[in-house]
Order: sequence, then C-alpha cells, then structure tokens
Amino acid sequence: MDWQAFWLTIRLAMLVAVILVIVGLPIAYWIAYSRWRWKFLAEAVVALPIVLPPTVLGFYVLVALGSRSPLGRWWQAITGHTLAFTFTGLVIGSLIYSLPFAVQPFATAFSLVDSKLMAASATLGASKLQTFLRVVLPLSVPGLVTGVALSFAHTLGEFGVVLMVGGNIPGVTRTVSIDIYDRVQAFDYAAANQTALMLLSVSFAALCLVYGVNRKVWALWPWK
Amino acid sequence: MTMAQNDIVILPPSGSNVLSVEIRKSRSQVDGGFTLDLRFEVMSGFTVLFGPSGAGKTTLLDCIAGLAAPDRGTITIGGSVLFDPQRKIDLPVQRRRIGYVFQGLALFPHLTAEKNIAYGLTGRGASERRRHTGAILESFRISHLRQRRPAEISGGERQRVALARALVTDPCILLLDEPLAALDAATKSKIIDDLRAWNHEHRIPILYVTHSRDEVFALGERVLVLENGRITAQGTPHEVMTAPRTETVAQLAGFENVFDAAVVAAHEDRGTMTCRIVGSQVELETPLVRAEPGSSLRVGIRAGDILLATVRPQGLSARNVIPGRIVSLQQRDMIVVARVDCGIEMDLHLTLAARDLLELQAGREVWLVVKTHSCHLMAG
Repeated sequence: MDWQAFWLTIRLAMLVAVILVIVGLPIAYWIAYSRWRWKFLAEAVVALPIVLPPTVLGFYVLVALGSRSPLGRWWQAITGHTLAFTFTGLVIGSLIYSLPFAVQPFATAFSLVDSKLMAASATLGASKLQTFLRVVLPLSVPGLVTGVALSFAHTLGEFGVVLMVGGNIPGVTRTVSIDIYDRVQAFDYAAANQTALMLLSVSFAALCLVYGVNRKVWALWPWK
Repeated sequence: MTMAQNDIVILPPSGSNVLSVEIRKSRSQVDGGFTLDLRFEVMSGFTVLFGPSGAGKTTLLDCIAGLAAPDRGTITIGGSVLFDPQRKIDLPVQRRRIGYVFQGLALFPHLTAEKNIAYGLTGRGASERRRHTGAILESFRISHLRQRRPAEISGGERQRVALARALVTDPCILLLDEPLAALDAATKSKIIDDLRAWNHEHRIPILYVTHSRDEVFALGERVLVLENGRITAQGTPHEVMTAPRTETVAQLAGFENVFDAAVVAAHEDRGTMTCRIVGSQVELETPLVRAEPGSSLRVGIRAGDILLATVRPQGLSARNVIPGRIVSLQQRDMIVVARVDCGIEMDLHLTLAARDLLELQAGREVWLVVKTHSCHLMAG
C-alpha cells in the first residue's frame, strides 16, 4: 500500500474541508438570506461541479492555472513556477470541485433556522453578526458537520480533476485514487484492492458521521 | 477603542415614555392586500390591541419593533424618533430598545432559561449580568428553572422566561403578541399579576395584542380596536365592548344577534328611540343616540339578554315584547339555543330547566322580552 499517497490524500481532503468552512460559510449565509433577484445564477454556479464531468472541470482549472491565463502568469511572477501539477494547484481544483458539497448543507441549515429567533435576537440588541454567531451557527451544527464531512469525503475520492490538474507526481500530486488506477493498469490487483478497501472504509466512516448526526437533531450535543 | 459618536438619537431612560405612532403601510396582495393606516398614542400601562386575525396587529407590532418598515409615517417613543423617513431616521431593530414577546415566544432552543434571559445583557459586565438575571428570575418565580432548556419546561414557564428575557434589558416599551393565548385561565391570571407587579415599578407602555374578549376585560386600562388595518374604536374595555360601534367588534364582543335597522322616531324627553328592523315589522325601543329619523343603524342584542315567555307577559318594565314562533332548539353544553322567528330570526339562550319546565318545542308560539338598554346601537 502506498502510504505516501494515502497521507497526501488525507492532507488534501482535510485542507480542502477546512478552507471550505471559511469560504463556504459566508457564501452559504448569502445564499440563505439574500433577496437579490439574480441569486439563482450564483446558486447554479455553485452547484455546477455536481453535474459537470470532473474532466471538464479539471480541464478549465488547468487552463486557468496554466501560464497562458492571467492567474497563472500572476502566480508564476510571484513564485517562479506554475500552479499546474503542484499540490497548491490540486487544492484549488479540489476547492471548486467540492464547493457545493459544503455550501449546500450549510445554506440549507441556515434557512431552516426559525426567522423569529433571529428577530428575537435583534430586539434583544444583537447585531447581525452576533445573531449569526450566537443563534444561527449553534442551531446549524448538524448542517455544518454534514458539509464538512461531505466535502472531505468527496475530495478524498476525486480522480478526474486530480489527473487533469495534478498529474501523477509521487509525494506532490499522486493521490489514492490515482494510485489505484496505476496498480490496476499494472495488473497488481492485490495492492489495488488494499488501497480501494481503505478508501471505501474512510468514505463510509465519513458518511456514517453525516447520517449519525442528522438522525436526530441533537444527537451529538454533549448536554443531551 | 472609543465609542462611536454617530448615534442620531440618544434614547432617554425608560419611565415617562409615550409611544406615538402614525403610519401607513400597504401589504402586497399575497399577504392579504390591505393597508395599515393608523394613528394613535399609548401611555405607560396596559393597552390592549384587540381585533380579528388578519387585522394587522402583528404587522403593527413589527413596524414598531423595526422588523417591518412602514411606507411612510413616524414612530416615536418619548422624545426619541424610531422611524421618520423625512428625517432619514430608521433606527435598526437592535437599537430601538423594545421588549418584544413573539407569538410562539421564539425562545432560543439551544440555551438554558438563564442564558435565554441573559441574552440581551451581553454589553454589561459579568457580575451585573448575573445580578439582573437573578433578580428577574426571582420576580417571575422561575429561579428553579435556570438550568433547563425551553423544551424541558411547561408552557406557562416558557411564557415567564420569554417575558423575563424581554424585560431584563429594561426596554422603553413592551410589545406582547398574544403571549398568553395557549394557557389555561389560572396560569394566565398569575402571569398577568406578575406582569402588573413588574409594570407598577417600571411604568412603560405595554401594548398587548389579543383576540380574546376575556383578556381585554382582565387587562385593559385601555383598548384599541383594529380592523382591516384601521383603528375603529378606542376607550376603556367597558366602553368599547358594551357599546360596540362596528359589527366586527360586536361579533367579537359576543353579540349573537345583529340587525340592520332604521330610526323611526327619537324621543328626546325619554332618552329613547324607536327603530324598525329592516325587512320586518319588528319595532324596538332603544337607547337614544344622535341619529336622524330615517337613518340606518345596526342593532346588536346578546342571546343571553333576551327573555322568553309562553304567554303574553304583562306588567313588565321591559319595553320590547315581540311575538314569534320557535324555529328550532339546539342544546350546546349546558345551554339551549332557541331560534325564534319574529319576522326576523333571533337567537336566545335558555337553561335546560326552562326548556323542560315550559315544554318548549319547535313551532310553539312565544313572546320575546328585550330591555331597552340591551339593544346596542352601532354605525350602519
């Protein structure tokens, strides 16, 4: 089993999940509460990675990161190398790829919070930010756990985007799913099976966490 | 860090606050499509806002609290302006210092009773917060519940927590949206007593929304009647309810019989009038109001104020004796509702014993007796 690939994949998935909390919360808040009439356009863009083939997504990310795009040139001017075929490039691709899996559960959880509670919070002197931190966020914990676990598990198993953006550089961009593909290509079914089983177990555990938390709203609260 | 000095209006401490509202707000067709258009002042003490559902009571409270914006008008408390678009003032909800107990209470489900109550005190120091919370827990007799969450306490207790949470912040005005609707009478009257005791010390305007007639009489020093977005009556509960001037109030106030009537003659010397009920030959002697003969009015008579006799009564002080025939008798709980055809149909209430003793049945000829002052006149 290729432990290097395994830990690289875990590191990638965790990093993406953490960044998606930071980036996803404001986007989800805006999607849940904005009354902008063109909001559906933004919602559609966020949801695109769900329906798009990963190769299509990977292709455009590769183009965007490459030295012909403004972003790629800017990055090259600062760091001296391109984003494509690097771990950072992989993170950026994965962020886009997994964005809806974080934002959609967050936004759903926010919109399920009774608006009367937010009104009550405001009459008690709380600002919008305070209301968000003290009322909306605590009542959205199951949705937050779902979003984090899903984006983690989704990043864990990605293949197409990684192949397009990252290629197959051991220790840099070689993830578990690429490793499995390589082993199968080499007819090493035993090693492929080992790694596949590991990926299956971790993904299953993540989904168990999601459904376990959502089984009952307060199941994970320490005080119940 | 220095305090921001951009406050347009500095709210005075609560005490002698008069709430003054003059607003207009059109609601979209989707919401029922009527216009809230009213103007009133509320002094400290209880004022009951009474009206049928959909009259605009909650919308009015939301406008005062800043949760909804009127199309135009002004809202002031004491000397401070909460809303005045001409002066570009629309104080955000969190700076209006309004205590609002919502229909359904809106307690925070993830916080204990104590933390719910302390929610609005975050600007203060920890010791002051504890002192205020402790005092109000005490005065609403819920100290023993401080560690419980809303799901773990009874409806009446939740009510007290919601009141305490709104009051602990020392608001300029208290808005209560049917806060006691779901409670039994005993619990309700205890909570009202506690609220009265609290208000005795603090003296702020309390606007209490209800559509329960009993609560109007139990609470109100003053009643505002809201119908279709407009204030149609105001005064003491007794004034508003016993002399209803519109039919909606009449039905809310418990008038089972409401008829269109025309003034036949006024008897200024006796303080009475004669009115004929439209579509019949029935003439009623009613109290005198300022109305020209021939003008139209409405007459309301409570079913419990009508007497029934099986022979033509004589030697009565009551001036209205109307012959008729029983159409139907229906038992409801412990009373019998008799419908009598006198040219118009009138409902009256009888006891079971009266029905049995008089051997009443449909088709029987009877006489109805109505006192002059049991005929309540309203605008036509």
